[in-house]
Amino acid sequence: MSTTSTPRPADALREGDTAPQPPPSGTARRLGGIAGFVDDRTGAAKPVGYLMKKVFPDHWSFMLGEIAMYSMIICLVTGAFLTFWFVPSMGQIPYDGSYVPLRGAEMSEAYASTLDISFDIKGGLIIRQIHHWAALIFIVALTVHMFRVFFTGAFRKPREINWVIGSLLALLAIIEGFAGYSLPDDLLSGTGIRAMQGFVQTAPVIGSYLVYAIFGGPFPGELIIPRLYSAHVLLIPAILVGLFTAHIAFVFIQKHTQYPGPGRTNENVVGYPVMPVYAAKAGGFFFIVFGIIAMISAIVQINPIWAYGPYDPSAVTAGAQPDWYMGFADGALRLLPGWLEFYPFGFTLSLNIALGALVLLPLVYTVLGIYPFVERFVTQDKREHHLLDRPRNAPTRTGLGMAGITAYSVFMFAAGNDIMAIKLGLAIEDITWFFRIGLFVLPPLVFWVTRRICYSLQRRDRDTVLHGRESGTIIRTPEGRFFERHEALVPSEQWILVQHDPVTPLQLTPEVDENGVARRGSRTDRIRAAMSRFYFQDAVNPVTPAELAAAHHHGHEAEAIEAGDDRAQVESAEVRRH
Amino acid sequence: MNEQDTPHTGTDVTPAAQHGTAVRLDEGHVVGEGGLPERFTNPGLPHHVPRMADLDDGAAERAEKQVATLFGISILGTILFVVLYFVIPVEATIDLPGVGLTSASNFALGVTLALSLLGIGFGAVHWAKTLMPDHEVVEDRHPMRATDENRHKVVDILRKDGGEDSQITRRPLIKYTLGGALGLFAVPIALQVGGSLGPMPQKSLSLTWWNGGPSGPGQEPTFTPMRLMRDPENTPIRADDVTIGSALHVMPEGLLPDPVTHEGGTEHVLEEKAKAAVLLMRLDPKQILSQKELDWGYEGIVAYSKICTHVGCPVGLYEQQTHHLLCPCHQSTFDVARDCKVIFGPAARPLPQLKITVDDEGYLVSAQPFMEPVGPSFWERESP
Amino acid sequence: MNALAARRRHPAAIAVLILLGLVLTGALYAVVAPKPADAATSRAAAQTAEEGRQLFLANCASCHGKNAEGRETGTPGNIAGPSLAGVGAAAVDFQMGTGRMPLTQPGVQAMEQSQLKFSQEQIDAIGAYVASLAPGPEVPSEEMVDPTLGNVALGGQLYRVNCAMCHNFAASGGALTRGKYAPPIRDISSTHIYEAMQTGPQSMPVFGEGNLSSESKRDIIAYLDALGTQENPGGMSLGSLGPVTEGLFAWVFGLGILVAAAVWLGSKAA
Repeated sequence: MSTTSTPRPADALREGDTAPQPPPSGTARRLGGIAGFVDDRTGAAKPVGYLMKKVFPDHWSFMLGEIAMYSMIICLVTGAFLTFWFVPSMGQIPYDGSYVPLRGAEMSEAYASTLDISFDIKGGLIIRQIHHWAALIFIVALTVHMFRVFFTGAFRKPREINWVIGSLLALLAIIEGFAGYSLPDDLLSGTGIRAMQGFVQTAPVIGSYLVYAIFGGPFPGELIIPRLYSAHVLLIPAILVGLFTAHIAFVFIQKHTQYPGPGRTNENVVGYPVMPVYAAKAGGFFFIVFGIIAMISAIVQINPIWAYGPYDPSAVTAGAQPDWYMGFADGALRLLPGWLEFYPFGFTLSLNIALGALVLLPLVYTVLGIYPFVERFVTQDKREHHLLDRPRNAPTRTGLGMAGITAYSVFMFAAGNDIMAIKLGLAIEDITWFFRIGLFVLPPLVFWVTRRICYSLQRRDRDTVLHGRESGTIIRTPEGRFFERHEALVPSEQWILVQHDPVTPLQLTPEVDENGVARRGSRTDRIRAAMSRFYFQDAVNPVTPAELAAAHHHGHEAEAIEAGDDRAQVESAEVRRH
Repeated sequence: MNEQDTPHTGTDVTPAAQHGTAVRLDEGHVVGEGGLPERFTNPGLPHHVPRMADLDDGAAERAEKQVATLFGISILGTILFVVLYFVIPVEATIDLPGVGLTSASNFALGVTLALSLLGIGFGAVHWAKTLMPDHEVVEDRHPMRATDENRHKVVDILRKDGGEDSQITRRPLIKYTLGGALGLFAVPIALQVGGSLGPMPQKSLSLTWWNGGPSGPGQEPTFTPMRLMRDPENTPIRADDVTIGSALHVMPEGLLPDPVTHEGGTEHVLEEKAKAAVLLMRLDPKQILSQKELDWGYEGIVAYSKICTHVGCPVGLYEQQTHHLLCPCHQSTFDVARDCKVIFGPAARPLPQLKITVDDEGYLVSAQPFMEPVGPSFWERESP
Repeated sequence: MNALAARRRHPAAIAVLILLGLVLTGALYAVVAPKPADAATSRAAAQTAEEGRQLFLANCASCHGKNAEGRETGTPGNIAGPSLAGVGAAAVDFQMGTGRMPLTQPGVQAMEQSQLKFSQEQIDAIGAYVASLAPGPEVPSEEMVDPTLGNVALGGQLYRVNCAMCHNFAASGGALTRGKYAPPIRDISSTHIYEAMQTGPQSMPVFGEGNLSSESKRDIIAYLDALGTQENPGGMSLGSLGPVTEGLFAWVFGLGILVAAAVWLGSKAA
């Protein structure tokens, strides 16, 4: 109680009081009731609250992984529906459905049930098409997501584990796709299974046993479709779901990376919280992805199995390719020459097939998976990285990535050589030779060109910081000279160009210490130093404040003009020309 | 040297104060060239720019209406889907510009489903973009590493409770036998699955129906000459039926069922077809350059295995004028005039030839089975 | 000055002028250009071998020889045109009816043309002449190529064993060696399909009576007819070329539209 207190109405707040909360609405009370019920039994309020406040940065390139995830969920949902009608059996039956050109034809039950889904079950075809388009888009999105993660260096500590999980997800996704499109047992996918049988058979020593084990006997047998069904519906989805849950969990725990920018540091995340912004945006994006895939499935046909016909080992179609993500393996089979088959000690070693089919696939994904550790070996960088690299600031990594993509693309496009031949009016032999030679010539070329482009972009960035942006305003001196005024960068613009860490190649410490004892690990160090030189030799480092000050000292053309100082203008013009 | 070295000779770096870039008060004592920091500092979050809906109630209401419209489109789409599901029969077709004649049901259900989903999606995102707060929030990161204290705790637990209290460290017998048992327990499961997945091939990869009948694992057919039958008509072939430039697809007698009634034929049709498929062609004998090919043929009619020696696709593309055989899968090319030698592509071996002759009724028959395994290579295959 | 002159320095003026010039040139050419030589004899169909011989001499003998015996070029082993003895009226109807003959340009193979130089009567006349030289396959009757009389399912089976490996499962065509190709055959007349099978043009094998019976050929024709009139139930067929075009579509349009949506999602509202 104070004698100097100001008069106040009776129901006004006293000091130290808090305003009464408005009573909760009916919905809020009900939700609160349910939430209370669950929390009483699980203690879930803390983690849920934690998750809802998590901040995610906003950039469209971070949505690529989401596209992949949502496409996978769409595949799971539509796939579950398809299992209600699909019959995974190779028993032969005559067809009596509504597709006229195949009436009376003998076919497997798997094929017949797929025809039923496509023609006789309402909505069956749209579900089937959504499933297949979603599968294609899933793998497209995860590939582009992988490129984004690679080129921005998001795989560095602490995210190496997530990168390895991602590589595994990518490999499993393409195997899952292969199993899936082979289930209808049509002529095209059956030809793919035949090729799989042919190349597994060439595995050294164990090939013939392996192939009889997989097919349960001679090709095609009656077991391969039911087995692929188990793999496609049960085994691989289980692993996929488990791995991608871990993948997402890591993103929550480690928080998402962010692009460098004003206010963004390695010690924070700047963005929007899950509740409400990201719940709406990410949730909404699921519906957008689903909706776009549904729209595509309504308008564009995919995998018209009725036109391929049932599988028959004595028939084949021109233009026999697997789905796009297996194209690189098929292309390898087309490019490898026949003379790579050797006959050691009376046995047959078909390297022309084994290298492309059995070695290439695991090799690609292994090289992918170990890359973060290779970079770590080279840089010895043990810090946590939460700020992304601009690709130009990691020229060797970007160059290696582009070279890898080039090599992969050579294989992938080679699989379409006969389609290219008829559409472009070329000969398949010429296309094949182009890719054979291109496989060795193009990746190093692309590596070199990409790296040079990165260096050029970095130098351009330095130039922009040092000398400002060209403003298009031409100034004429009384002597008749012309200069373009350059605009200095605003600090937030400048920051993006100067924030990355300078790098120098690692130096070698002497191989023997002062007592002449050879240092342990010196050979590893030599290798590391050589690789570090390869990575960072010509590194272009960001502008420092001292350099900027030096440039300003030479470049104050505005002051020089105001002062009427000719010499300074001439000098500044010469600086421009450097 | 690199360009980050100062390119201007004779530069004198005067103190920052003379350039007007003073050292900031919170930078403290900066050692170095005249008070310049070694690297630039982060300028901090940019100023927040409000959106129209933040400033203007009218804009906010417009945004609300837009979101509501989008959600409304979704509801409409759903209703349309339900209606069209019942109304459009599954066999109805519709001719659409740009698409052609297509299934009305697929198109209608797909588009309405898409609308019902896109309405929600675009509505939710538009709501977030226009009405939900767009002030950037900063969350602090903490090092991922657990505290040293926690790490030591875990190490202690493992060492003391796990190692010492369980006495495993003192009892190597337990340790080693545990390792052995755990290492081996999965063997029964793996063995059951792996061992029972399929039969051993035995000779099956080297035999075909042409050897005298069913050629599965464990079967030992005895050779009899078999008529060459058209695939899929299952009719025998006379020598005169094969004109120069023609290519016939052939299966051995007894394998194929009737093409219309599907009766008859062998039990494992596809397995036998996958090895017995043969392509029959006729060349002018003068064009055949291999004596063995001529001998194994009949007056210029030659029979070769249709199963590609690369990975097993049927090689059917016979170019009549060049007498090249092309496999559509990986473009292996075989020259029929030179005993199907590989002239391009990834195949390593030529196609095996089937020796044929004519029986006393004038029909083409096999004179002997294939003298080498057909189709793709395998480890135990004897070198050609 | 008038409105047109006032705009003479408008940036679009040059574009309009060029367009005008092109249109005028094109129109002038269309009026003045020489018409392709019409070697037609004027009256209605006189399908005599003699008619045909006259046409043959005027249009075909330069490559095929005056008596259709074939002609060599100067280079040894090189022929200008093969002998036509025994090819029959069917071959003539096919080659000329699809515009492959007369050969308009040298190349890997004769290409189909949509603009035919000869009327059906003239083709029939030449066919009658060639048929008179030596016995050969005849033009099939209407009944022999009537798709409604064929067994579509059996035709599909025959098509997939005999034809799909060159012409593709949906008759969209396929590649052969050294730049040759098997053309798309979805929209070809039934008669021409029969004749092609019968005579084995260029690289195509001969599917004579001994290979595929008349009934089998009709079954295949019935199947191709079904393919041609069949709807694409799932939507646009992207050329029916298989997974290659589907993958291209997924990358370009699938990814493109979704990335556009993501960019919109991440951008600040007005």
